[in-house]
Amino acid sequence: MGCSTNREGHFMNYVKLILLGGITLLAALAASWAHDLAYQIHALIIMVIAFVMFIRVLRNTDEPIIAAPTGIFEDGVIRAGVIATAFWGVTGFLVGTFIAFQLAFPSLNFDWAQPFGNFGRLRPLHTSAVIFAFGGNALIATSFYVVQRTSAVRLWGGNTAWFVFWGYQLFIVLAATGYLLGATQSKEYAEPEWYVDLWLTVVWLAYLAVFLGTIYKRKERHIYVANWFFLSFIITVAMLHVINNLSIPVSIWGSKSVQVFSGVQDAMTQWWYGHNAVGFFLTAGFLGMMYYFVPKQAGRPVYSYKLSIIHFWALIFLYIWAGPHHLHYTALPDWASTLGMVFSIILWMPSWGGMINGLMTLQGAWDKLRTDPIMRMFVLSLGFYGMSTFEGPMMSIRAVNSLSHYTDWTIGHVHSGALGWNGMITFACIYFLTPKLWGRQKMYSESAINWHFWLATLGIVLYAASMWVTGIMEGLMWREVDDQGFLVNSFADTVSAKFPMYVVRGLGGVLFLSGSLVMVWNMWMTIRGAKPATTSLPYAIPAE
Amino acid sequence: MADRKVDSETGVETTGHNWDGIEELNNPLPRWWLWTLYLCIIWGVGYSIAYPAWPMISGATTGVLGWSTRGNVAQDIKEHEGQNAELVAALVQTDMDTLSDNADLNRYAIARGGAVFRAQCSQCHGSGAAGATGYPNLLDNDWLWGGEIAQIAYTVRHGIRNDTDDDAHWSQMPAFGDQLEKDEIAATVEYVVSLSNTEFDAALAATGSELFAENCASCHGDAALGDQDQGAPNLADAIWLYGGDRESLTYTIVNARFGVMPAWGQRLSEEDVRAVSAYVHALGGGE
Repeated sequence: MGCSTNREGHFMNYVKLILLGGITLLAALAASWAHDLAYQIHALIIMVIAFVMFIRVLRNTDEPIIAAPTGIFEDGVIRAGVIATAFWGVTGFLVGTFIAFQLAFPSLNFDWAQPFGNFGRLRPLHTSAVIFAFGGNALIATSFYVVQRTSAVRLWGGNTAWFVFWGYQLFIVLAATGYLLGATQSKEYAEPEWYVDLWLTVVWLAYLAVFLGTIYKRKERHIYVANWFFLSFIITVAMLHVINNLSIPVSIWGSKSVQVFSGVQDAMTQWWYGHNAVGFFLTAGFLGMMYYFVPKQAGRPVYSYKLSIIHFWALIFLYIWAGPHHLHYTALPDWASTLGMVFSIILWMPSWGGMINGLMTLQGAWDKLRTDPIMRMFVLSLGFYGMSTFEGPMMSIRAVNSLSHYTDWTIGHVHSGALGWNGMITFACIYFLTPKLWGRQKMYSESAINWHFWLATLGIVLYAASMWVTGIMEGLMWREVDDQGFLVNSFADTVSAKFPMYVVRGLGGVLFLSGSLVMVWNMWMTIRGAKPATTSLPYAIPAE
Repeated sequence: MADRKVDSETGVETTGHNWDGIEELNNPLPRWWLWTLYLCIIWGVGYSIAYPAWPMISGATTGVLGWSTRGNVAQDIKEHEGQNAELVAALVQTDMDTLSDNADLNRYAIARGGAVFRAQCSQCHGSGAAGATGYPNLLDNDWLWGGEIAQIAYTVRHGIRNDTDDDAHWSQMPAFGDQLEKDEIAATVEYVVSLSNTEFDAALAATGSELFAENCASCHGDAALGDQDQGAPNLADAIWLYGGDRESLTYTIVNARFGVMPAWGQRLSEEDVRAVSAYVHALGGGE
């Protein structure tokens, strides 16, 4: 039997060699025929990676194949995911803080760094780094962790999970370098060009396969609620990604492509995607994290099974229709705008269902808020989740939107959600996972977690408060008219009025970034610290 | 569901599920949560009956209130225009030179012109109209194409050196880099510097003076006081559009300049052209 596995394995190695060799060759041709710099550099990156992998496979061709262990959870890929999450988080926060100061002090768009260091190119780098690199790695890592534990089986698909991890990192690198080199399809949160989109589709389908495969072979009778959320996130993001990125390349040797949709159809598709990137990536996916790690950390049962069912289905049914509220008072027909607003408001309670279920899970464990800084992070993240999911429906009301749209209020709203909810819950999960994944008793320093908590909280408060002030102020200034009905302010007046708050926002970013650096130090000290004498390998034992 | 048990902390029964140690309580939906959800749904149904909402086979329901965003903005514009209709009619017909005799109309024109300026002109001339390099300061009394109110209105309406309006102001300074030697340009620069500065090389400026008379005076005038008919700037008043230091002046003489202004008559209404001219004229430098 071992012999036949070996033969199959060797055969697979030859297939890999042919594939990798072909990719190396094709990438070399693409690099030489490239129409633009971004495409050329991307072709070179792919060529180098394929070539290195080719050599690695070649060197191992005739080595005996070691059968992958079964019965033990696949935690290596999760360890890598936790490190990637921390790395991309710090990168994204750093770029975000820098561009916040660029807005306050435009001279930070250094002449020598043009065009690469321009705000316009760094901004998508920041948003993609925090949403897709930081948030995405956190989601992939935690979903792999949770699905194994709650299904009591090892990840399906052997090394496919590793392919998902590395494939996703390659996507991030191609997206990020593409922005700096000027390759963008100018769709918010969907900036990467066609070939990067295609690659992400491949990686994402592999992710779906690993996740579904693991659920399929689960040893528990029921599928845990966290996995419903993760699965809805993976499936919906696949759908959103493919449809919003339908485009035709100008040339297969260049990065530029043309969107299939045009005009208001394109805008509507984009914000259907953009809104549900928030809805399914940053809400449903992170609720999946919440449903596992909050009860775990609290050591308490989930508050209400009924609520989890009802709010799950209500949330995923309603969210998908709410996109048009991003296009109030535009070329979008009024009826679509009304429906977007109505669905957004009905969405309020389904969103809050997750907060209630999370917070009420602490029933009987509220004292942990005093003693456990990780628990405090979870609770604060749920608080920000509740606040953002109230603020969102409110801002979707046309009358409110006519004041808030295009102002910094939107930026403040996004960040109270992203820093407060997504950031805080991810930090808490990292603190939960790091000792477990590396076989340590607990994090190296509890007081460092406290420091992180307060630095991040203060940073978010400065950020959100300053953006509310500037947002509402500029909204009022834009619409201010004198008694004869004439506009009072020029646009530049509003820009100069916002300056002090822009500095405050930048300082908020510095605090948030500092907190994350404290976390990285704490992780480093935990991981390099001595292993406890007795470690037991995590075996999959069905609980039910 | 064999393992249902009662949670000791809360006295609530669990569902009997257990995943990796996580259990679920069998709490009902919170009443306030459920009723708020119902209220939102009822409100949503009512709102979508009142406002345009449901897509049909051709078009969509228009809502019983008859409200639409376009109708809404049309109403606002109508109200605004109705409020000022008489003043607008008077502004379009008035003789610009005597506008200031009619205090009410003049005040209206300046208020309206200020709004136009902040929306359309401030991008180049600055929100305070103080200009920037290449974009004239409109607060001083130095005018390239004339500072009387009618002249300002002409400039606003037709613009400068654009190719969209045949009546645009047009003139072109030659690029003297092809025509003069380097030392000749340096001398000319020194002469121009001498016109408004106390520190200069007198001998060099004297040479430049002759070159100026040969090459420049035909447009800028013998005394370098400029000519508004051809948009030739006054070079003796220490007001500079592209900078009065030697480096900037050398660049200007070698390469020439070609400032463009759009023809706003093609984009603004007649009353807006007049209003913004009145506003600019009133800024302080009007002739």
